[in-house]
Amino acid sequence: MTKTKLDLLVRAIGKKWLWVQAALAFAFLYLPILILIIYSFNASRFNAVWRGFTLDWYRSLFSNAGATIATSSSAGIWTALNNSLLIAAISTVLATVFGTMIALALERFHFPGRKAVEALLFLPIIMPEITIGISLLVFFTLVFRIVENLTGIRLNLGLPTVIIGHVVFNISFVTITVRARLAELDPQLEQAAFDLGANEWRTFWRITLPLIWPAIFSAALLALTLSLDDFVVTFFTTGVGSMTLPLFVYGLIKFSVTPAINAISTLMLLASLLLVVSSLKVQKN
Amino acid sequence: MSVKNRQQTNLLLLLFPATAWLMVFFILPVLIVLLYSFLERGTYGGVTWIFTLSNYQRLFSGLFLGVIGRSLWLAFLTTVACLLAGYPLAFFIATRSPRWRNALLLLVIIPFWTNFLVRTYAWIILLRSEGVVNTALQSLQIISEPLNLLFTPFAVAIGLIYGYLPFMVLPLYSSIERFNFSLVEAAHDLGANDIRTFWRVFLPLTSRGIVAGSILVFVPAVGAFITPDILGGSKTVMVGNLIQNQFMKARDWPFGSALSMLLTVIILIPVLIYFRVSDETQ
Repeated sequence: MTKTKLDLLVRAIGKKWLWVQAALAFAFLYLPILILIIYSFNASRFNAVWRGFTLDWYRSLFSNAGATIATSSSAGIWTALNNSLLIAAISTVLATVFGTMIALALERFHFPGRKAVEALLFLPIIMPEITIGISLLVFFTLVFRIVENLTGIRLNLGLPTVIIGHVVFNISFVTITVRARLAELDPQLEQAAFDLGANEWRTFWRITLPLIWPAIFSAALLALTLSLDDFVVTFFTTGVGSMTLPLFVYGLIKFSVTPAINAISTLMLLASLLLVVSSLKVQKN
Repeated sequence: MSVKNRQQTNLLLLLFPATAWLMVFFILPVLIVLLYSFLERGTYGGVTWIFTLSNYQRLFSGLFLGVIGRSLWLAFLTTVACLLAGYPLAFFIATRSPRWRNALLLLVIIPFWTNFLVRTYAWIILLRSEGVVNTALQSLQIISEPLNLLFTPFAVAIGLIYGYLPFMVLPLYSSIERFNFSLVEAAHDLGANDIRTFWRVFLPLTSRGIVAGSILVFVPAVGAFITPDILGGSKTVMVGNLIQNQFMKARDWPFGSALSMLLTVIILIPVLIYFRVSDETQ
């Protein structure tokens, strides 16, 4: 069948437009990031105009000034980084272990109530983050009051409450990632180990775990990233003295205008990039 | 112990930690918020144990309805814009050679992995009155006075689109990549032109990706908190900011609870409809 001129024109324009559109979309995704990085080296304090190259903003982060540019709390950037890493490490370990366990249960067992468990794991992903955050705030406030009335011990929001919140949203993401790998895995491999006389425990350690290890690792990396990045849940579950890096950056953005934010943002970008690259490396191996 | 018993013990051990954690630290807290939304506010924050529907009645007063309407409108705009920008981009990526495909996909994923706060903040540098956009427009002599861009609904919309575009592209990509392109040839053989083939064959068969992407963008956009907080200013408050205000500033916990229950319902309804529909079509 011959094509009309109009059809050919539409196709030619469509092809060109597709390239232009893709270029524009990538520019949209990367231009703000690039500008952020460039301006972290700009000598000008307030102006968008380029006033020359400087490392002053980075220096201010790594010197004692890093402690003094903190806003709402007296804690500096290093305390915030420490807290972030501690929260991320503990919540990642807990969520990875719990998430892997429940992924095994869902993929290897048939039991009544499976649908309900799946729904329970699905909810934290679709529930608005702010609802999760304020629910935990309300919950802890109530529990702490009850504890104080009963025992006289006064509990406060802090690192443990933040960790609890991070485990809540991370379990689901770990489960999804590990389940996907388990579903691909041939159950006959595990069956063969049983037939050769290995018990469940031995089969898990010698067969299942080595085979799903990459998925567990990338699930852990995802959990780590989500925890390091989280602002909303942290914001509502944190107390005095448990400032995290995103909270620190938020304070800088809201309450002060200093190009040191550009420097710290650039460093956080680099850290995320490193995480992505290492996660991809692991998945390829 | 019999094999069956041992298996049952194993299952319970595997299920217990995650289920218990989510029941205690997720379901129970949400239920408490639901309960609080029917109580009266206490004098110093907190609640008084008197049941009332007044919190929900207040939701439907003009002021708050406006905020809810704005949140829905901005989330809708964001979803449409992400779809318009994301669909051709996903198509472009899915039709490259496998090597390029992976590299381009990685380029979409990288922003998705970088801190949301940092990505939102980048727009301040661009949009503020002495920012990059205004400086560029002024030096090109397109405008003489800096435009008021930051702290407007426009800034919030841009921030939301920027933040959630990867959520749209990824599901679209996977549905387009799975599309069987011999169907396009079949449509052509039957006499359809490109435009007709797109509307009648391609679009319907990639609709799963469209719906999934739209939900992944719309859901977090309605409840957005950081973007309107940083880029919106006092005139572009969204539900998320209103909830935060009720808990941190106004200390009206019951009303904040009612707001957050409303937000949850607004989000759960489209998601549940989606799963109903996709279960039926399977």
